[in-house]
Amino acid sequence: MSMPNTAVGHDVPRIDGREKATGAAAFIDDMSLPGMLYGAMVFSDYAHARILSYDTSEALKLPGVKAVITGDDFDAVLGGVFLKDEPPIAMGKVRYLGEPVAAVAATDLKTARLAAQLINIEYEALPNVLSVDEALDPKSTLIHEDLSDYFRLKPSSFEGNILWKASISEGDVDQVWSDCDVIVEGEFQTQAQHHLYMEPCGALAKPEQNGGITIWSSCQSVFIVQQKVADYLQMPMAKVRSLVPHVGGGFGGKGGLHIQTLVAKLAMTCSRPVKMTLTRTEDFEIVRSRHPIRIRMKTGAKNDGTLIAREIDMVLDGGAYADESPAVLNWAVFVARGPYNIPNVRSNGQLVYTNKLRAGPYRGFGNPQVTLAGETQIDEIAQKLDMDGFKLRQLNAVKTNDAWIGGQNIDACGFDACMTGMLEATAGAEAEAAAASTSNKRRGIGYSALTHMCGIQSTSAEVHLRADGSVALVTGVVDIGQGSNTILSQIVADSLAIPVERVSFAAPDTDSSPYNWKTAASRTTYMSGRSVLGAAVNVREQLFTHAGEMLECAEHDLELREGGFVGVKGVADAQLSFAQIAGRAMACVGGPIAGTDTLVFDGPTLDPKRAIVDGFAFTNVGIYTFGMQAVEVEVDTDTGEVKVLRVWSAHDVGRAINPAMVDGQVHGGVVQGLGLALTEEMVWGENGNLINPTLMDYKIPGILDVPDFIQSIIIEAAEPTGPYGAKGMAENSLVGIPAAVSNAIANACGVRLRSLPFTSERVLRALDAAGK
Amino acid sequence: MSTDKQVITLNINGESIELLLDGGETLLETVREQLGMTGSKRGCNQGVCGACTMLVDGEPVRGCLALSSACSDRSITTIEGIADGLNLSPIQEAMVEHGGLQCGFCTSGMVLTLSAFLAENPKPTREQVRHALSGNLCRCTGYTKIVHAAMHVAEAYSA
Repeated sequence: MSMPNTAVGHDVPRIDGREKATGAAAFIDDMSLPGMLYGAMVFSDYAHARILSYDTSEALKLPGVKAVITGDDFDAVLGGVFLKDEPPIAMGKVRYLGEPVAAVAATDLKTARLAAQLINIEYEALPNVLSVDEALDPKSTLIHEDLSDYFRLKPSSFEGNILWKASISEGDVDQVWSDCDVIVEGEFQTQAQHHLYMEPCGALAKPEQNGGITIWSSCQSVFIVQQKVADYLQMPMAKVRSLVPHVGGGFGGKGGLHIQTLVAKLAMTCSRPVKMTLTRTEDFEIVRSRHPIRIRMKTGAKNDGTLIAREIDMVLDGGAYADESPAVLNWAVFVARGPYNIPNVRSNGQLVYTNKLRAGPYRGFGNPQVTLAGETQIDEIAQKLDMDGFKLRQLNAVKTNDAWIGGQNIDACGFDACMTGMLEATAGAEAEAAAASTSNKRRGIGYSALTHMCGIQSTSAEVHLRADGSVALVTGVVDIGQGSNTILSQIVADSLAIPVERVSFAAPDTDSSPYNWKTAASRTTYMSGRSVLGAAVNVREQLFTHAGEMLECAEHDLELREGGFVGVKGVADAQLSFAQIAGRAMACVGGPIAGTDTLVFDGPTLDPKRAIVDGFAFTNVGIYTFGMQAVEVEVDTDTGEVKVLRVWSAHDVGRAINPAMVDGQVHGGVVQGLGLALTEEMVWGENGNLINPTLMDYKIPGILDVPDFIQSIIIEAAEPTGPYGAKGMAENSLVGIPAAVSNAIANACGVRLRSLPFTSERVLRALDAAGK
Repeated sequence: MSTDKQVITLNINGESIELLLDGGETLLETVREQLGMTGSKRGCNQGVCGACTMLVDGEPVRGCLALSSACSDRSITTIEGIADGLNLSPIQEAMVEHGGLQCGFCTSGMVLTLSAFLAENPKPTREQVRHALSGNLCRCTGYTKIVHAAMHVAEAYSA
């Protein structure tokens, strides 16, 4: 029996493809339960104000209204990952315009929304702190007066509206500036980007007779939802069951809570199931965004191109609540050196509160922003030295067994192979671009190298052998669209030599799934893949033990045969099917066969003798990954319009478990990166109101905005600890795109943009300023 | 919004259904909430994202903008009417086989837009496919493999 299309390394179509293609796949808003009520919310009219009183009487009088909840109905519990600063709903004050202050459940959606409008809330306005400069000003009003009392997971400095500071330094940057032959220095500003998963957030909660609650929600981790809701509602986790239907994209935006706690509270208040789905505008206004970062960076090199110093100072605008911002700050500070051996580096970051939507994790986790600065400066240095940018990158590139800043060893580095692959793929492209340029349509190619990581936290998996030799895979992993159900099933199928069709993938359920942290940090293939492989190997070992006894031979004489058989090496007809072995285990000897595996990422941490580290939220992130990207643009010098013509994206993925799905992640990340580079920006007005919370006014790339040519170049430098050598890659394809677009614009028409997005207006102004 | 209800007969996926509807009710509300056909998705409710695309007399329309009351006596096709039992239509099959879907939330709209387009343009160029999809947003795939899927169907037709 052969199974050419199921093994690792093959383009297995996604196992949930048919249900998605037919519309049968249920997302959160497609679910309903008997007796279900509908939820709606009241949102703050102020960006910063004290709540003086609630009047819910008119709402409660409306026929069909079953429950109204406000901050008065919750225990005063503050939640957060690294800093516990966020109540389950506004309590005492509101800190951004749109913040939920009350919620309603009613028999139908119209009634719920009408009731929400009848709720009267009295506020006392406070001065708004909307910009980073205002936040840094010690005289500004405090957004969190009790900051010093908040629980802090790791120590860090803070003051005023600065909630966290983090830094790392290695070498002695102050001493070496005078040794530099060339120094470039600049300030960069990035914007708030919305994740814009196509499916708006939603949740459905059902109260249980044991006093517990069952919650389905659009999320990136059933376990994070369980833990946080249990904490907010002061219930044991045993009474909070969290499940997830199909998820319509996440990109980090659904990595923490959105409205799960409120929906659960409503359901428990009226003892009925309650569903609430955000409108697109509500989703824009209350979930989370990518961090705007102001970055000052300075990089110095010798005449021969050796990079010797880099200094970075950045301020992240975290919005009204900490969310996962301390970790984003940490990673941005940590990755700002880039994939280069720069011996003297100082990287400082501050994270501030403002009266705007919280910022949080988003594909790249602070890295696209600092990569814009870093890779711009690499090109600027190359230009000053009259050196080829590729040569400069290759000269300074980290290699296998080099050290990351802080001393962690890079065990497998495909960076150089990415650059070589890129050079081959783009051969001739610069000449083509130059030849196709006209006086007002300037074409250019820009490059960006990138580094990222995959890993962190813990996971576990179970593989159960069924009576007919099929296997059930249980992981707790949430597939948010990237395809992990398929990838993990492929790993099990390959390691047991059975077709993917013989693997069932269990939907995550906190009552029955083994723990997995979450779908984030490009970690699922690497972390859960390891764990799934471990569990499958565990099953294989048990199969061999049984088969050895049944066939009366030594285990080392046995082999796995395709299609689900264990046979005696060299004896074709001496074999047992998995079904025969499962039957023996289930009925006679040993009990049902189940494999388990559990692991935490526990690689080496930072070396205090090598680097001075302060305020890091984590010091042990995972495996480092590498890539190289290139973009061809055409700049219309009359209108400032930037059209992207071609994109090449080379990534070291260790091993592509499913190359077609790797390509899919590359294409999608590139296009999201083009949105970040060119069109997307959440804009707040002077009252702290988000002025473009619709798809009409917030422009994500449509098909005609992006090139038909996006070439994915897969590099495989096997990671020793990875499953089949695989590393994570899902964030990476976004990381270098803004930098590559910036470098392409500079290459095309000689102007340098340092503020994202590179709108036509900004390009035109830069052209005007440069007299071009 | 009007609360006046009226009896309307809709022909959905070949079946005639009599419904008592608000005059202001959209096709998307009718199919999702009255009929429990949840394959059509609400991504923006504003006519921008295309996740609710349905066919009315074979032409793609935004389910979130079209009023049900204006669709009596017209033939409506939703994603639930595209496959024949477990047999996927060629474009559905191609979307699965060629990675034209990831999270799947935009997929219904993509399938309906492409079904209508390929019915009228069985041998399109990639550029024509891209123009046909200009009203459907996707945040996962970068669109490349959706175009691949459509071109595979077109090549199969012309073979």
